[in-house]
Amino acid sequence: MKKLLLATTILAGLSASAFAGEDEIKMGIILGFTGPIESLTPGMGDSAELAFKEASDSGILLGGKKIVAIRADSTCIDAAAATAAAERLVTADGVVAIMGADCSGVTTAIVNNVGVPNGVVMISPSATSPALSTIEDKGNFFRTAPSDARQGVVLADIVLGRGIKEVAITYTNNDYGKGLSEAFSNAFKAKGGTITITAAHEDGKADYSAEVGALSASGAKELVVFGYLDQGGKGIVQSSIDSGAFSRFIFADGMIGQAIVDAIGDDLIGSFGTAPGGDNDGAAKFLEIAKGKVASDGKGPFDGNSYDAGALIALAMQAAGSMDRAAIQAKVMEVANAPGEKINPGELAKGLKILAEGGDIDYVGATDVEFNDVGEVFGAYKELEVVKGKFDTIKIH
Amino acid sequence: MTDFLNAIVLFSNFVLVPGLAYGSQLALGALGVTLVFGILRFANFAHGDTMAFGTMITILITWWFQSMGINFGVLPTALLALPFGVVLTALFVVGTDRVVYRYYRERKTEPIIIVMVSVGVMFVMNGLVRFIIGPNDQRFADGQRFLIKAREFKEMTGLDEGLAIRSSQALTVVVAVVLVAALFWYLQKTKTGKAMRAFSDNEDLALLSGIDPDKIVRVTWIIAAALATIAGVLYGLDKSFKPFTYFQLLLPMFAAAIVGGIGQPVGAIVGGFVVAFSEVTITYAYKKFLIYLLPNEWAPSGLMQLLSTDYKFAVSFIILVVVLLVRPTGILKGRLF
Repeated sequence: MKKLLLATTILAGLSASAFAGEDEIKMGIILGFTGPIESLTPGMGDSAELAFKEASDSGILLGGKKIVAIRADSTCIDAAAATAAAERLVTADGVVAIMGADCSGVTTAIVNNVGVPNGVVMISPSATSPALSTIEDKGNFFRTAPSDARQGVVLADIVLGRGIKEVAITYTNNDYGKGLSEAFSNAFKAKGGTITITAAHEDGKADYSAEVGALSASGAKELVVFGYLDQGGKGIVQSSIDSGAFSRFIFADGMIGQAIVDAIGDDLIGSFGTAPGGDNDGAAKFLEIAKGKVASDGKGPFDGNSYDAGALIALAMQAAGSMDRAAIQAKVMEVANAPGEKINPGELAKGLKILAEGGDIDYVGATDVEFNDVGEVFGAYKELEVVKGKFDTIKIH
Repeated sequence: MTDFLNAIVLFSNFVLVPGLAYGSQLALGALGVTLVFGILRFANFAHGDTMAFGTMITILITWWFQSMGINFGVLPTALLALPFGVVLTALFVVGTDRVVYRYYRERKTEPIIIVMVSVGVMFVMNGLVRFIIGPNDQRFADGQRFLIKAREFKEMTGLDEGLAIRSSQALTVVVAVVLVAALFWYLQKTKTGKAMRAFSDNEDLALLSGIDPDKIVRVTWIIAAALATIAGVLYGLDKSFKPFTYFQLLLPMFAAAIVGGIGQPVGAIVGGFVVAFSEVTITYAYKKFLIYLLPNEWAPSGLMQLLSTDYKFAVSFIILVVVLLVRPTGILKGRLF
């Protein structure tokens, strides 16, 4: 048995090196294939691989090379396991760049421990923590998902734009809720709004009447809820409506969904909020090409971002004209931002060709990618309002 | 005058009504704890999970009734299912006594060991409930949701503040009053009730006068199971059913039983309301209330909140510690814990 095992291992090792021929480019995909977001990651992984395949099939990527994607598990929550997995990708597999990671905590760990020391480019499709904006990444880290700080600012503008000057805030007691709440408060106060009270709530409790009592005593008429629609956020809204404490609510993305409209009913009409997502042609084009090829048909919340992350790596490599890690890093911003020919999903071959001929492109992709100076997208947000029985998109910010 | 009325309504809406309902639920739970302690002489840690178990059975029967189209008009269907829930839970609890507790009782084991045994029973029930119905929130309330809606109250009275009373809150208080009255009548007037009290006061003397201990134990468990199931269902109707929150109720229930004087049924009720109202009044922000009552220039700018709502559970702890330090026997003289 032991011998058999040994033989298989040697064979596997041999075959792995045998496959890594001259014409292949190894690319890492590190996502939480197990853990809290394991239902989302298969679609995200497929989307990135779809972009890699498109680039490979064009036949002109670095003169006809093929990308081989190697998947690794970030677990979403275990920083040590994620770091070990990323370390393996970079040192043992020798990938040229990494698509990932997904959750903000593990992403921070990988950037600090693996990405920066090895000079590997990482493009995360879904890490949204504001803390990642100021990380010491030496230009190695990019993300195609907008920072939550941005959502706070957009939401503050919308609230003030509707003539609401005074609000109470409740947030779910974790990094997501706290980060959003701080971003919103700062923007809201800076623009002349007043926040009467900011109170955290714990998820998974049976009764939120005490929390609602304190929130309503502050005297605000509108309540901002940074929580989850199937958790404490729902409890707060239900309890507020029951006791007549608040009748209009302001939501961020965690609270937007059909489930809450169904649960609360007509009392929610007039409440509004924001959720990420644009309305560009790219999104529709991506859905077209992803249909049948991606686990979730491209409809998952971060599938478009994942495709874009994969595509950007391939395009930057082409622009650099080599598989050198540092050369790739230097070109990411250039291919993502204007000026240049606009490239949509499904048009990677066109982009690669322009780059091969020395031209300049502006990758738009599924999510309207445009990086700011720290390498994260500005991000588009939908303003939604509850009308009879559903959320309606009012406009895009 | 309007300001004064507004203040009263505001206080009722956020403190009085929720406090009354919560207090009744705690009182029913604490009654079960105190009965088991008084008669069987150990602190039953499995009581919270007995509540969860009974509620789960009732929910399953409620869903079955609902699927057959049986309902109770404006009242929740769960009330129809409740008697079945009580019977099945009582059977289960009496069965647990046969299989687990009797062994230790016959050996006259130290109470602290039986307490540990009840922790074991708690974990088993805990797992059983999660296995059968899952760890998530379950909704089973139906019928009319409100007695008075906040908006209607405002229109009716013309006041600025609304008062909402959910039917589940009213139901809780009514059921608690009826149940407590029935329990006291049973303990004071019936032969078994008197025997239970005698057994609680002095076990040896009770045995000498020919009281059947097996019967006392059985009846105690049945009453405790009934109280737990009813308290659990009322809590679930009023708030929501989730196994973990029932486990968390253990602390305020024990606090209530000890504050009132453990082993004293009246004490459990007093303790239930003391704990509930302390939790609600200490974490309520009085800003708006004071604005109504005080002249304009005295209006507070802060929230006037003694303790953030995050610390709600800490209030039970504080009460528990203070009572054990200052008056270990509780408000009405109970046993030493």
